Amino acid sequence: MAALWPNRILAYKGNRLAEPGAGGEEIMARDRTFVIAGAGHAGGRAAEAMRSQGFDGRIVLIGEEDYPPYERPPLSKELLRDDDGVERTFLNPAEFYAGKGIEHRPGVRVEGIEAAAHRLRLGDGETLGYDKLLLTTGGRVRRLTLPGAELGGVHYLRGIDDSLAIRKALVRDASIVIIGGGFIGLEVAASARARGCAVSVVEMQDALLGRVADPEIGRLLADVHRAHGVEVLTGVGVERFEGEGRVRRVVCSNGRALDADAVIVGIGIVPNADLAAEAGLEVDNGIVVDVFGQTSDADIHAAGDVANHPNPILGHRVRLESWQNAQNQGIAVARNMCGAGAPYAEVPWFWSDQYDINLQMAGAPQSWDRLVWRGDPASARFIVFYMEGDVVVAVNAFNLGREVRIAKFLIERKTPVADADLADEGIKLRDLAR
Amino acid sequence: MSERQSNSHLVAKVGEIEEDEAKQVTIGEFVLAIFNHGGSFYATDDTCTHAFASLADGYVEDGCVECPIHAARFEIATGKVVGPPAEEDIKTYPVRVEGEDIYVELPAG
Repeated sequence: MAALWPNRILAYKGNRLAEPGAGGEEIMARDRTFVIAGAGHAGGRAAEAMRSQGFDGRIVLIGEEDYPPYERPPLSKELLRDDDGVERTFLNPAEFYAGKGIEHRPGVRVEGIEAAAHRLRLGDGETLGYDKLLLTTGGRVRRLTLPGAELGGVHYLRGIDDSLAIRKALVRDASIVIIGGGFIGLEVAASARARGCAVSVVEMQDALLGRVADPEIGRLLADVHRAHGVEVLTGVGVERFEGEGRVRRVVCSNGRALDADAVIVGIGIVPNADLAAEAGLEVDNGIVVDVFGQTSDADIHAAGDVANHPNPILGHRVRLESWQNAQNQGIAVARNMCGAGAPYAEVPWFWSDQYDINLQMAGAPQSWDRLVWRGDPASARFIVFYMEGDVVVAVNAFNLGREVRIAKFLIERKTPVADADLADEGIKLRDLAR
Repeated sequence: MSERQSNSHLVAKVGEIEEDEAKQVTIGEFVLAIFNHGGSFYATDDTCTHAFASLADGYVEDGCVECPIHAARFEIATGKVVGPPAEEDIKTYPVRVEGEDIYVELPAG
């Protein structure tokens, strides 16, 4: 597969073979090093994909955490509700990587990228050369800077250790205050209720999920949480945390003081693009990549939460923080590093599980002019279409994943469709999507 | 009908399950999904191996069912996982069609 290994790249390992010749490519591939910085979901899947794509060179997977690559969805749900389950979040058992000839280096930070020299400076002092580099550096939690924000008992959730620390705080009858009515906050709220805690959610915007969904969805979800005994405060900010060493109260912008044995803050993440920026790569709300996942440096790619990428279906750039994007973009970009040349193009899809509701979203609309409901919004089983003209640009659903799956075709193909047909449960969605 | 064994259960009529659709059936402790793929009928466990969800509510295409809640994908005829996040196959059960009747053979006991 000579096409996989352009001459430009072979030159970096010129000490072995200056020119690709007959049979030379294979030797060169074996002699090449792909480094993945970030051993989260995207990085882990990328390492596997490089191997399954036939890359037989050296693969080094560097991660700051001490765990093998894992999936994050359980961290706000099963891992909080159950008493075990850390291993169940792993993509593969820890020994899998060595078995595939993948060098997983846990507990190691990448300190710097020397792009021109094709090498990384690692936290343990080592310098590591690469032929191609994949940045799957993800994001870090956005932190509050309010008075009292450094008190004990104020938690954030991003990794397994965060989840385990929060789990310890979710004891029966504990007062838990959640700052931020986005997915993380709401899933933690549901898990905390399952553990018998008294739960309040404080959201600055007027509706829950304000950054990703129509306010009507946020209101429906607020009703669900209230029905499960959660106090939901919207349009309310936080002034300060009070307590001696440990947080005891959350004082809100409306003067309300909420008792708190623990606080969980879920106000979003900041993409870890600093390494890329320092290396001179183009950065703008994450690392800027093309449809193949390539950054402004031809030998550096990026994927997952950190990658600001053009989505050909949507017709605009997105940076997505989702299981689907970590998994599928990680794989797609890894394959492209092996020469696949296939744009990553999927309808963005997202799920959240709260109580007995499986909420799903497809699409990532920048604008819509109306909503069309199919099923009763007050029921726990409906789908709502975000319309722009006669085209569906996104959907949200409660407990109707199958319809979301079909609606993805409508979004992808931009199929013109009448509101009345979408709303008519007597007409199969599948027939409208054909 | 006469040769029907004691662990054979009538689960549906042929006309009841459209192409690429499924029906959930409970027999004793078994919760099954009965699928119509290309006019042939298949039976699997209904509960996804990844999370608690009914595969009969899933999306069926190309002989595979996609779990409605997290999109894990299984081959209907074999039960094999063909898409994440599930890692464990679902069980399948023999199906027999007699006229308009669909029977599933369940393990005895």
